[in-house]
Amino acid sequence: MSGTQTTYNDKVVRQFAVMTVIWGIVGMLVGVIIAAQLVWPELNIGPWLHFGRLRPLHTNAVIFAFGGCALFATSYWCVQRTSHVRLWGGPLVPFTFWGWQIVILLAAITLPLGLTSGKEYAELEWPIDILITLVWVSYALVFFGTIAVRKVSHIYVANWFFGAFIIAVALLHIVNSMEVPVSLTKSYSMYSGVQDAMIQWWYGHNAVGFFLTAGFLGMMYYFVPKQAGRPVYSYRLSVVHFWALIFTYMWAGPHHLHYTALPDWTQSVGMVFSLILLAPSWGGMINGIMTLSGAWHKLRDDPILKFLITSLSFYGMSTFEGPMMSIKTVNALSHYTDWTVGHVHSGALGWVAMVSIGSIYYLLPKLFGKTEMYSTKLVTTHFWIATIGTVLYIASMWIAGVMQGLMWRAVNADGTLAYSFVESVKGSYPFWAIRWLGGVLFLSGMLLMAYNMFKTIAGGKTEDAPVMVPAGHHA
Amino acid sequence: MESVYLLIPVSVLLVFGIAIAFWWSVRSGQFDDLEGPGFRVLMDDNPPKPPAGAGAGAADVDVDADKAGKV
Repeated sequence: MSGTQTTYNDKVVRQFAVMTVIWGIVGMLVGVIIAAQLVWPELNIGPWLHFGRLRPLHTNAVIFAFGGCALFATSYWCVQRTSHVRLWGGPLVPFTFWGWQIVILLAAITLPLGLTSGKEYAELEWPIDILITLVWVSYALVFFGTIAVRKVSHIYVANWFFGAFIIAVALLHIVNSMEVPVSLTKSYSMYSGVQDAMIQWWYGHNAVGFFLTAGFLGMMYYFVPKQAGRPVYSYRLSVVHFWALIFTYMWAGPHHLHYTALPDWTQSVGMVFSLILLAPSWGGMINGIMTLSGAWHKLRDDPILKFLITSLSFYGMSTFEGPMMSIKTVNALSHYTDWTVGHVHSGALGWVAMVSIGSIYYLLPKLFGKTEMYSTKLVTTHFWIATIGTVLYIASMWIAGVMQGLMWRAVNADGTLAYSFVESVKGSYPFWAIRWLGGVLFLSGMLLMAYNMFKTIAGGKTEDAPVMVPAGHHA
Repeated sequence: MESVYLLIPVSVLLVFGIAIAFWWSVRSGQFDDLEGPGFRVLMDDNPPKPPAGAGAGAADVDVDADKAGKV
């Protein structure tokens, strides 16, 4: 703990920013490995490196390690700058960093060992769940404590998004992780059967909604205007966007359970709420992109802006695709196919990863006393590799998914199935190979970023910036 | 569908919480100015590398140039 009350706490931002890149590489590497296992099944080595155990490791690493560190770094940076005050909370601040890293490390050990509660995106066993809760409550205290001692009366819109994300994730995690421990490494969910499924997808979809959307929208509302050097297109719309999104998000979960034992009315409610979500989502997407209105030329030679604006395009695309896929008749074709996997990655690679990468590129030079990244050219290269990788991934999964859906539902004149399941697997091979290639490209981009990051850090100064007096502020 | 006995009260409580937050934010004047905060966020950062003794000047110049460009 260096520095006094007159500087921002940039140390913790530095730590989280660097770990974002490191965990991004780890998580995406595991993704590339499991993509390869689908193409070359011989790569399923032993029980520890089997697809079934590595897949949750991949999802946990990219969502909570990579995405989580990016959210910690950007929210800590944003809340200090917009509140004109050093992070509140003293020792709680380093605890959020080290606690979160231990959670990630424990996940990387327990998941390959097969220790799992079996709930998607909430696989970690109960002792780790408790540690997550402690870290998260500390995070909430630090964030809202900082808001409470702010030096300006207005709370910038990005902080509203970050705040909603922190509260919602705490609620979701606690309700969904209610479990009965039978030993140190095994527990059973408090809920069972379809009840468990409903709670699980109430959690699962809202994790997408609040962890992977609200949090990253906070990032967008701060870093897009900063990098563009222009205020957000409509501040008024951003406020409407926020309230519309959080009032309507909570009930979209049942669309993950179409045509299951879940009562039909619940499925329909989930579908309707999912369709409603299109409006606030596109409002926010347009607001972000139109921030560049009148300054489109900035996109030409600023790769960081390219990352941020492209991420919004993918956000718009996947928030259109999502509501469409939640329509029951569309879902009858898409459910359980690779189309879903493609949809997730259009959001994960295109939106979440790109907006994080852009924001971290914005932060790194500032955190290490430089004016820009070591090589802007490498950032541009990273952008193109990442974009091509994402497009290959999504397009191959669309084709594979629709093909699988059509093959599974095809029937002969006598009512028997036209294809066996394994025939759809065989037909998917070429697309799985293309998906793997897309993943390799995206991962290579992250390696370039790491190289660029370490070169930027080398010889850099790590002095914390002094807290700035609010400019032209009126109460 | 016993799970809705948990989820619906949780959601209702949450909506009340959100409504209170909204009510507070409107009453306390959070949304009285819906133009200024967008501009102010551009000025509340330390300039990347202050030219000797210029202080916050560099950031301000940047913003002004952009504002002029928009008109």
